[in-house]
Amino acid sequence: MKNFLFFFFISLTFFAQTKTITVCPSCTIKTIKKGVLSANDGDTVLVKKGVYKEHLIQLSKSIAIVGENYPIIDALGNKESIFAIKADNFSISGFKFINVGMSFTKEIAGIFVTNSKNFVLENNIFQDDFYAFIIQSSKYGVIKDNKITGHAVNETSSGNGVHVWKSSHIRIEGNTISGMRDGIYLEFVQKSHIFNNTSKNNVRYGLHFMFSHHNEYYQNEFKKNGAGVAVMFSKHIKMHNNTFHFNWGTASYGLLLKEINDADIFDNIFEQNTIGINIDGCNRIHYKNNHFIRNGWALKFTGGCYSNVFEFNNFMHNAFDLSYNSRLNNNKFEANYWSEYTGYDLNKDGIGDVPFRPVKLFSYVVNQTPETLVLLRSLFVDIINFSEKVSPVFTPDNLKDNTPLMNPVNPIE
Amino acid sequence: MLKILKYSIFDLLRSRWSYVYFVFYLILGFVLFFLNNDVNKAIITLMNIIIVLTPLIGTIFGVMYYYNSKEFTELLLAQPIKRSKIFMGQYLGVSLSLTLSLVLGIGIPFVLYGLFKSASIFDFGLLIVVGAFLNFIFVALAYNIALSNENKIKGFGYAILMWLFLAVVYDGIFMILAIKFKEYPLDKFALGAMMFNPIDLSRTLILLKLDISALLGYTGAVFKQFFGTSKGLIISLLILCLWVLFPLFRMRQKLLKKDF
Amino acid sequence: MIKIKNLHKKFGKLTVLDGLDLEIGHGGIFAILGPNGSGKTTLIKCLLGMVIPNKGEIEYQGKNVLKEWDYRNNLNYLPQIANFPANLSVIELIKMVKNLRPKQANEQHLIELFGLQPFLNKKLGNLSGGTKQKVNIVLTFMFDSDLIILDEPTTGLDPIALIYLKELIQKERYKGKTILITTHIMSVVEELADEIVFLLDGKIYFKGSVPKLKEQTHQENLERAIAKLISKQYHKETV
Repeated sequence: MKNFLFFFFISLTFFAQTKTITVCPSCTIKTIKKGVLSANDGDTVLVKKGVYKEHLIQLSKSIAIVGENYPIIDALGNKESIFAIKADNFSISGFKFINVGMSFTKEIAGIFVTNSKNFVLENNIFQDDFYAFIIQSSKYGVIKDNKITGHAVNETSSGNGVHVWKSSHIRIEGNTISGMRDGIYLEFVQKSHIFNNTSKNNVRYGLHFMFSHHNEYYQNEFKKNGAGVAVMFSKHIKMHNNTFHFNWGTASYGLLLKEINDADIFDNIFEQNTIGINIDGCNRIHYKNNHFIRNGWALKFTGGCYSNVFEFNNFMHNAFDLSYNSRLNNNKFEANYWSEYTGYDLNKDGIGDVPFRPVKLFSYVVNQTPETLVLLRSLFVDIINFSEKVSPVFTPDNLKDNTPLMNPVNPIE
Repeated sequence: MLKILKYSIFDLLRSRWSYVYFVFYLILGFVLFFLNNDVNKAIITLMNIIIVLTPLIGTIFGVMYYYNSKEFTELLLAQPIKRSKIFMGQYLGVSLSLTLSLVLGIGIPFVLYGLFKSASIFDFGLLIVVGAFLNFIFVALAYNIALSNENKIKGFGYAILMWLFLAVVYDGIFMILAIKFKEYPLDKFALGAMMFNPIDLSRTLILLKLDISALLGYTGAVFKQFFGTSKGLIISLLILCLWVLFPLFRMRQKLLKKDF
Repeated sequence: MIKIKNLHKKFGKLTVLDGLDLEIGHGGIFAILGPNGSGKTTLIKCLLGMVIPNKGEIEYQGKNVLKEWDYRNNLNYLPQIANFPANLSVIELIKMVKNLRPKQANEQHLIELFGLQPFLNKKLGNLSGGTKQKVNIVLTFMFDSDLIILDEPTTGLDPIALIYLKELIQKERYKGKTILITTHIMSVVEELADEIVFLLDGKIYFKGSVPKLKEQTHQENLERAIAKLISKQYHKETV
């Protein structure tokens, strides 16, 4: 990342002798397209306030395109991207992109970047565009402080907010994305940082990434997305200080982990999701200091998972703390706080003296017969759970937290 | 009727048991709110207790009040008052005084804890509404049982059995049936079964508020429509009303033929 | 004043009233007698609307009483066992009953007559059986109604209270009231009753004055006369 900033800075100073080309509806240059055509590397195209009905603005120069007071670029539903870029060292900021057309066969975006490097795309507004950003085969890019809103209805007729494919060293920072298909979509993206973004009310995933290794995700908020956040087939991921909340629905998760290995998941908050984390075939993941608050299922294992460690997490008032439907081997639950824990601590060391078993008989029953869910919190269920606790028959004997904490870890509020 | 209601409440407010009940909720409220500072936990525990205990207390109080005031009722029957009004008055008296104990017993700790400024006020409101409904339903059911059984011990026995059935056994039977017929689509059956038991119905109502995230995890479309929209809340409340009205209607029918 | 026609009442398989016809005129004391289980209380309760007959008609002051309730404003009833809400005090109960009836009440002299002043603020649950019966009597006689029904009024009363009660009943009769009494105390019947209504097998077996009864049974003593009437039932059952 530092390298990239350094290069950017160097390139800017290199083209120090530059001019500014002004575009406005009453100027001699009335369109952005013409402005871009008449610019040379290192120039700035300054676009004044106004409505510019343009699309397919080709950019292959190292210039800065700056909007003043958010000039509007209206694609009028045309099935072409507004900016089609293949360049290094450029920036686009301060525009409002509207009405990028929808297509079932073609990816069309407000800003479409291919084979580029060293770019900054910031402070733009996107409204009702098919895709806002598409970044392909690029590196050292910054996508920062953009506001993207859409009115997506279903998955097939909508696009993603920030769509990155086969790129590396991308920084996606401080964006607000709502009403798209996926808020942020990453595929084959490496060594990138995604932070301070808010992604909500998207029809599919707030954040969706596949085959993207060595990335970090932090301080993002994912709220009320159709299916939450999906992280698949990736290695060496760090996810920390994110908030996942109010993701409700049959196939809705705070976080869906599928085939993830060697990840760190620290200090996240999972609140009131149907499923806090759905873990499918994930190994060697370290879960620490996360808060699971009032989820339907805090953790749901749906495939074989090995050698995961859960420690110092808070499990508070989830309908089910843990549920699984295959073998759970070699996973360690240690020193977590469980609000359901009813044990005692005679030596006052803050650690309960009897182990806690997070799998209840009722969660086993619900796995078998989902309709019995309506019996949640009934006296009968309490009774069968209690009897199972006293003499376990259905729940595995080794699945337990031997050192449950008496008090929550770093409680929030 | 209002006069009878007034005297019934007056009578019950002087009874030791009303205070025991009130003090029980008061202590429970204080313990939950002040000895552990977790409001969510307090509300969930309160819900568990209200769902099970309110029907039990309502049943016992209803039966007890009926048998204990039998002679007095006979005195009233010789007065120029309509029969149904005497019993409606008494019924409302018992239900209201129980509800009053509940509201004050839980309400005072709630107010002192300062929850009326927080979002938990809705949870509290729902708990009170459900508690009140359960009082009215189970006192009515208890009155039905008492009216049909001259023998006090038999009446008590049936009343307790009814509570046990609705609070525990019913859910057990439902679970066994659901597991046995799990190959079939069961969502309508599951929701229907909950409607036919006032305790389950009240629980469903509270789940709608507390555990909506879990309830939406089930795939059935009927579930989704029921729990995912305000439909569930409205239907549950309406059926709870029916659960009050139906025993009252039967009580009226019974009274038309009953000899004292 | 009271007309009962063809009254039937069964409790389960047990027939208590079996086509009973009875007419009671205006004024006078009527003793309703009969062996245990002959339907005295059932008859009274039918009249009061507490027991609902299977068949038959009851008229009070020319109006049908079945399924009605406001006619009860013109009759006073003293129940057999007086058990009141334990948490109310005597005065509260009296006030309450007054409150329930849209009628002028005159309880003060009755309270004095039976010496109830010291008990007025006591809880009914703490009173003895006799005192409760006195309260019961006050509640019955404090209203001015054309018909007074007394079911075993003498239960638990001390001799003085008994005398006062009898005087009270006489006084009401002189005011022209109709009074129905059931009792097992023959002296009360002999002393007070203008007419005897004798129930047997759910029917009126005898209706007439005390001398007429003695004459019919050829007995000098009322108690024996009654016994003779009852013995017919015993005799019949053994046949």
